[in-house]
This record gives sequence, C-alpha cells and structure tokens, in this order.
Amino acid sequence: MRQAGIPVSLREYLTFLEALKCGVAGYSTDNFYYLARTSFIKDEKNLDKFDRVFGHCFKGLEALKEENSTAEIPEEWLRKLAEKFLTKKEMEEIESLGGFDKLMETLQKRLEEQKERHQGGNKWIGTGGTSPFGAFGYNPEGIRIGQHKSRHRRAVKVWDKREFRNLDDGVELGTRNLKVALKKLRHFARTGAKDKLDLEGTIQSTAKQGYLDIQMVAEKHNAVKTLVFFDIGGSMDDHIKLCEELFSAARSEFKNMEYFYFHNFFYEGLWKDNARRYQECIPTYDILHKYPSDYKIIIVGDASMSPYEIIQRGGSVEHWNEEAGQVWMERILETYKNVIWLNPVKEEHWNYTHSIGMVRELMDERMYPLTLQGLDNAVKELTRRI
Amino acid sequence: MKFTGTDNYVATEDLMIAVNAAITLERPLLIKGEPGTGKTVLAHEIAAATGRKLIEWHVKSTTKAQQGLYEYDAVSRLRDSQLGDEKVHDIKNYINKGKMWEAFDVPAGEVAPILLIDEIDKADIEFPNDLLQELDRMEFFVYETGETVKAKMRPLVIITSNNEKELPDAFLRRCFFHYIKFPDADVMQQIIDVHHPDIQHNLVKEALNIFYDLRDIPGLKKKPSTSELLDWLKLLMVEELPLEILRSRSRKDLIPPLHGALVKNEQDVHMLERLAFMNSRERR
Repeated sequence: MRQAGIPVSLREYLTFLEALKCGVAGYSTDNFYYLARTSFIKDEKNLDKFDRVFGHCFKGLEALKEENSTAEIPEEWLRKLAEKFLTKKEMEEIESLGGFDKLMETLQKRLEEQKERHQGGNKWIGTGGTSPFGAFGYNPEGIRIGQHKSRHRRAVKVWDKREFRNLDDGVELGTRNLKVALKKLRHFARTGAKDKLDLEGTIQSTAKQGYLDIQMVAEKHNAVKTLVFFDIGGSMDDHIKLCEELFSAARSEFKNMEYFYFHNFFYEGLWKDNARRYQECIPTYDILHKYPSDYKIIIVGDASMSPYEIIQRGGSVEHWNEEAGQVWMERILETYKNVIWLNPVKEEHWNYTHSIGMVRELMDERMYPLTLQGLDNAVKELTRRI
Repeated sequence: MKFTGTDNYVATEDLMIAVNAAITLERPLLIKGEPGTGKTVLAHEIAAATGRKLIEWHVKSTTKAQQGLYEYDAVSRLRDSQLGDEKVHDIKNYINKGKMWEAFDVPAGEVAPILLIDEIDKADIEFPNDLLQELDRMEFFVYETGETVKAKMRPLVIITSNNEKELPDAFLRRCFFHYIKFPDADVMQQIIDVHHPDIQHNLVKEALNIFYDLRDIPGLKKKPSTSELLDWLKLLMVEELPLEILRSRSRKDLIPPLHGALVKNEQDVHMLERLAFMNSRERR
C-alpha cells in the first residue's frame, strides 16, 4: 500500500489486526475487504488506489475459487462494442495489424495499467486521442468504448469494480472540488467596524482600570484578496468549460475577487467585458497601481503561443504593442509577491510547446496544471509568502 | 451488539462492517459522502438500533474545540461578584459542561452514549487537532478546578464531514473511515421501499429512471441526492399525477414534472430547459 502511495502507518495496521482478532470481519473475503478498507483508508481519493492494491494482492487467491472473476467481463463487453462500431473493412485492417484478439489483449493490459484519467474519468478510456483505444479517435484500428447503459453491474468482485475511480485527485475538477481547493486560501482577519464584545480584553482592562471597561473588536472576515487574469479566445477555447468552473468557484469563494481578461499574453491593456474589449480596455498600469501588493494573483492561461508574442515588440497577434509582453509580465511579478500561473494544458504536454517553457521560466517555475493536485500546490504556494 | 440497519435505514454491508468495527474497538468513525446520502441520519439510526442515548454536537464555523469540553462563564461570575452572591466563591458554579463532557459523564448502570460530531469540516482547521487527545484517551483536564474528567465508558463517536477541509493525518489515524457512495438503483429501491412502503411499483420505476438520467447529465451544478428523490416521490404521490405523464415526459424532454423538488439551482433549471429545447429540435 505504501508503494502505491497510500499513506498508511503502523497504527492503522495494529487497529486492523485488533479488529480482526475481535472477529469483526468474520470469515468472508468481502467482509475482510470492507474491514481493511475502513481501517486503512482515510480519504476517498485513496479508495481507488486501495482497490487496485487489494485486487492485485488477492488476484491469485480469488482465482482459485472463482476462475472467471474479472478478466472476462470487460473483454466480452468490449468485443460486443467493437463489433458494433467497426465496419467490415476496418475489421480486416485490424486483422492485418495482428488480429482482434491481439488488440483485445493489449487493451486488457492497458486497462490494467491505466492509472491516470483521460478526460472525464470513470466512463471512458479516453476521448479525442489518437491512441487505438478511446472514443472520437483518429486511429483506424481504434476501438470506441462507450458509456455502458446498464446500471446493474455484473458479478465483478467489489474491489475490481473500482467504483471510486473518479474521486482520485488527478481527475479534472467540478466546481465543488474547486471550491474545496480554493477554500484553503482563506485567511481570516479582523477588519471593519468594531461591533463585537472582546470578552478577554474587557476582563483584562477592567482588572487594570478598576471599573467596567468594555472593549470591542471587529468580526473576523475572510481577508484574502485575489486578482484573477483569464486568457480568453484562440487556443483557450478548448479549455473553456474548465475555466468557467474555476471562475464560478472562485467567484463564490472570495468576496474580494477581481478578474480581467487578456489574450495570449499581457500587454498595455486588459479588459473586463469580452464583447467590448476594444472600447473598454483598462490600462495595465492602472491595474497595477489600483490593487495593492497584498493581492494574490492567479493567472489562468494555456501559455501556448508564438514565442514572439512574449519577447518581441509588436509581437502581439492583435495589435502593435510598444513593449514586449515579457516586460509587462515582469512588471506584474515585481508588483505582486504572490503570483501563480494555472495551466489547463496537461502537465505532460508542457514540454512540447516552447512558449510554455518560456512562461515557466518567467514565472520562476510557479506554473501549475489545472487539476486538483495542481490547484492544491498552487494554493500552497500562494499562502506561503505573506 | 451488532448493527444491521433498521426499519428506516438501509445499510450496505460495507457500512455495517465499518460501524461494527467502530463499536467493537471503541474508536471514532468518520463518515463522508455526497450531501444527502444520510450521514447524519446514520447516527440517529445506530442510536435507535442499539438503544443508546444520542448526544449531538453540531459544528459551525465559529465552534471551538474547547466548547465541546466545557466553558467557563466569566461574565456571570463577574456580575455575581458585584451583586455579592454567595455562589461566586465556588468556581464550579460557572463551569458549563460541553457535549463531550456530557458524553463522558454517564450515570452508572447506563450504556455508553453515542456522540455525533456533525460536519466537523465546518470548523476551524485546528479544530480536529484540538480534540486528538480527548478522543484518543477519552479524558480531559479542567484547568479552573484542577480535576480530570474521564469517561467511565468510552462513547461511540461518529463524525461526519462534507469534505470542505482536509482533516489532519494524526486525527485520521485514530478513526475508522467510511465513504458513503451514491446508492445504485437496487439499493435505492430498498431505500424507497423503507420510506414509502405503499408507493406504486411502476411509479418508482419511472421516477428512478428519470432520476438517474438527471444525475447523468454532465454539468449539473448540484446533482439531486437521495433525500431530494424521497421528497420528490412524496410530492408525486400527493399530486397523484397519472403515470403516463411521467412516462411520456421522460421520452419527450428532460424536464421532469415538479422538478422544483429535484433541481435546486436556477442555472440548472435553465440548462435543463436548454437541453430539452435542443432535444425537441433534433427530433423534428
């Protein structure tokens, strides 16, 4: 379990043994599994990992008892789907590539290996890719694996069902998850009118003065102030849903949140309303001056552009910019201590785009992928420097 | 005493194991899950099933761990001292017991109670850490009087969390953990049977179909949960809608009748309307 990255310790193990001794689990494998799960796993994001470890360890044992426990069901199901979606010609093509069974075998293997999610998580093996497995793919021998309609699952062993798959913390986020992650950024401080009785202060000051001296303090409020810059248009269109979710989560989480849009990179002006971006551009200088340096800056963008847009005067795709984007970026970094960049592009693809590397360098490596894990790290970075 | 669910509560097997492990080893049980999957109700049902007293401690964002132990009422004492009340000489008169003290302090001859710490994640991030020692040893020290309060019998502590904050590792190590997953159609059927025993079978079937379809729609801000389904079914029964409406609706568009009970967010309703509109256009 530790190898699989589940944080377990001796204490859980002892508890588990104690429970076994008391006979909580009885003698059935399922109950043993439930007991192990309840004692070892303390966070639902680890449930899936646990299921995999358990499945792996007990594979042999189970196989003795029930021979057709796991492997067959998905295969059957896949085969059926494949037959449905592939034309005769395509079937022949597959035949030439080593045959259907061979393909199935690879897929089976890949299914077992698959640890990270592909788009959406629990229902699809992957969408939009060029891998032979997944939906909407471009590979001629691709197999489309669709959503299975039936809600009654067959007798797969419980831990092999991996029901908790979509709670793993690599999955892409829903608003709620985002809110939870952003919540860690909260920073309570006393601001505003003094309208609460400070009991301790009153007692202390009364003792000191010799008469009843009432002290008041202000209510605690979330004092985090954030400024969010969204990249909009162009290559960002692919990530619009994710950004919308982040936006709505951030909106409801922070009272002091301001947002501005930019296109690809920072230049003289930013805007608040996309429809009127040419009429109502706000000079970036004004923004830098208006919001004091205790604001925390979150930049959301894919940083995928031509390198000229960063380093060259006049490199912007939309207008003639007097100063290079790099200069503006540096100004922002100089003004604010807490700046992070969230990138909706998957981390493993960052190396393929030159400009992402350049922005990362500018940002001093403070670029994070827009996943729960990434957001967590980003929030940690934001709270580190106060 | 084994917990096997009650007349009003359908417990899955893994939940039973978790509860029984917590009862046998006298460790706290941490329950997580989507809102509306019956986390709080579980404590009530365990209390009912095992005949123990239930002490509820609802946690708010301002709750401090100390409030669960005891509170020293300095203001009353200050007032009494000005009025020259005799009570003022004994500090014990100004110590108000908290929920945990109440749970530790059982009269002899009674069974240990159940302490429900509801929505622990609402409180400050340090809250669970402040309770570590108390939950582990089931004792705490009262500074004002210099006495140590110790539980004669270890109460069963049930903690629920909505996952708004991560709980500290040291705290988690001391608990059993169970994640209530969203019930599938079979379990849901059982749950409905328990709550509405006299409901028509066909109605449930149609309603469940709509309900799960609704949950499958990607992008809903708040997915309807068990408690919402139960409310909706009750409404359907009261309104006595003919079954045909339910059936035809489910085919024609996505907006179920009386959707106010299921969808609680106006943006979600808008989205459903849009989807329904697109659906009907495609059909033409």
